[in-house]
Amino acid sequence: MQLTNRKVVVSNKEQSFAERLYLPAIIKGMIITASHLFKKSPTIMYPEQKRPIAPVFRGQHVLKLDENGAERCTSCGMCAIACPAEAITMTSGERKKGEEHLYREEKYAATYEIDMLRCIFCGLCEEACPKEAIFLTDRLVDTEFERKDFIYGKDKLVEKIDKRIDVSIRQTPEVLAFKKIPGLKHNELFDKKLNKGNKH
Amino acid sequence: MTAFLIYKALMCIGVFILCLAAAAYSTLWERKFAAFLQDRKGPSRAGWGGLLQPIADGVKMFMKEEIIPNVSNRSLFILGPCIFMITAVITSSVIPWAKPVMIGSHVYDLQITDINIGVIYLLGVASIGVYGIMIGGWASNNKFALLGAVRASSQMISYEIPMGIALIALIISSGGSLSLKEIVEGQDAGFANFVWQPLGFLIFFICALAETNRAPFDLPECETELVGGYHTEYSSMKLGLYLFAEYINMFISSAVLATLYFGGYNFPFAHELYEKLGLADGSVWISLIGFGVLIAKIFGFVCLFMWIRWTLPRFRYDQLMNLGWKTLLPLSLFNLALTVVVEFFRGNIHF
Repeated sequence: MQLTNRKVVVSNKEQSFAERLYLPAIIKGMIITASHLFKKSPTIMYPEQKRPIAPVFRGQHVLKLDENGAERCTSCGMCAIACPAEAITMTSGERKKGEEHLYREEKYAATYEIDMLRCIFCGLCEEACPKEAIFLTDRLVDTEFERKDFIYGKDKLVEKIDKRIDVSIRQTPEVLAFKKIPGLKHNELFDKKLNKGNKH
Repeated sequence: MTAFLIYKALMCIGVFILCLAAAAYSTLWERKFAAFLQDRKGPSRAGWGGLLQPIADGVKMFMKEEIIPNVSNRSLFILGPCIFMITAVITSSVIPWAKPVMIGSHVYDLQITDINIGVIYLLGVASIGVYGIMIGGWASNNKFALLGAVRASSQMISYEIPMGIALIALIISSGGSLSLKEIVEGQDAGFANFVWQPLGFLIFFICALAETNRAPFDLPECETELVGGYHTEYSSMKLGLYLFAEYINMFISSAVLATLYFGGYNFPFAHELYEKLGLADGSVWISLIGFGVLIAKIFGFVCLFMWIRWTLPRFRYDQLMNLGWKTLLPLSLFNLALTVVVEFFRGNIHF
């Protein structure tokens, strides 16, 4: 079976005079290199010029605040369960009186850590989140000198009230509808946890 | 007398600065040209389009730590790069850069010295250049450096022979003078020597590539086989001198090629142009135009050198010797014989 037509049968025949002169071959080679002189270089001058990224690019995570500036995360742990790389850990805290402007619901994440070296940026945490709290953004994770610096806590993950991060491109109505499909595995787990095993 | 000394000193300094500047910017242009041939952009950060890159490279070279191996022969180790650099620079002294200028009643040659054995001087100084490599490689007390040095010296000695014979043919056809100035003047009215010596030019050009240790003849410093060749043990500005002298060599070789075979500062229809512009002989403008033409020719040759370097792979050592002794030497002898016959029928040789 022939897959390509690039097959060349090697022969050991004597070189002709023109071949032994080498000059025609050298000139041919030089014309090839010279033809590249007029080609456009594909270089992207990085800091000034950036490569376009896909609209659904999955980069560094953000923990969203709601419209009043309270944290949306309720520390349900769905993201940690969904995470195939086991990169997410959290501890829960209970909201006290007077903290309503900080946390949206009674339970909140006291600590929330993502190990950016473990994370594979698959986006399952975002898919699992029932509170629309965690999203992957188009930001790149910075480089660090030490491994421990790659464990991002709430200080880096929660968005700042004055520096909101737009995730509308990942939070379309279709996505919201998709997340509410009852047959999906994360919804099953969620239902079991909240409704104590009630079937829908 | 004082005026004469000042004029000679100015010429020396001017040509020296020209060589250094040309070599510095050849390093940049080499990198740029290689980048263009490979669909890249090359250095572009230092200055506009990378124009300050040679200065940055120089600073880098000077700031590097200077290491002299304690098993090396210290005085020879220092002497090596010095010889290489000096021989590279002093070859420029016989090249006529432009037509003589008339200032007042004095005629000033734009050439440091017009010795009547100019061509032999060039060959002789080029041969001394081998010592720079040989001494450097030997004094390093390193097997790779020594191998590189041995390769360099055998290569340069081998290729000097066809080069010399090609030059004899050139001198026969250009009227028998060894002075570079007279060779250039001889190409003023008629054709450039290239027309009468195409084969000789090819041989001389290949030998010039080999003499300057440029690819495909860069065996003395092939980093894939010999670490760095003869300059393996060198660091800091001594290494810088070796690398820099190589570019000066390339510049001077291009200048010699342009002078001997392509008419130097002459160009076709020069006299018609000067007449149209109303320039008298000895005018500064004629010299400036001629100098620009020579620099353009040199630039063309430098580009050709680089173009070849970024196209052809390196020779194997036995191939190199085969080419030198079995191809170029007989070919140059054939060229010499052919030249004698042709010149006899042109009536330039009388028995």
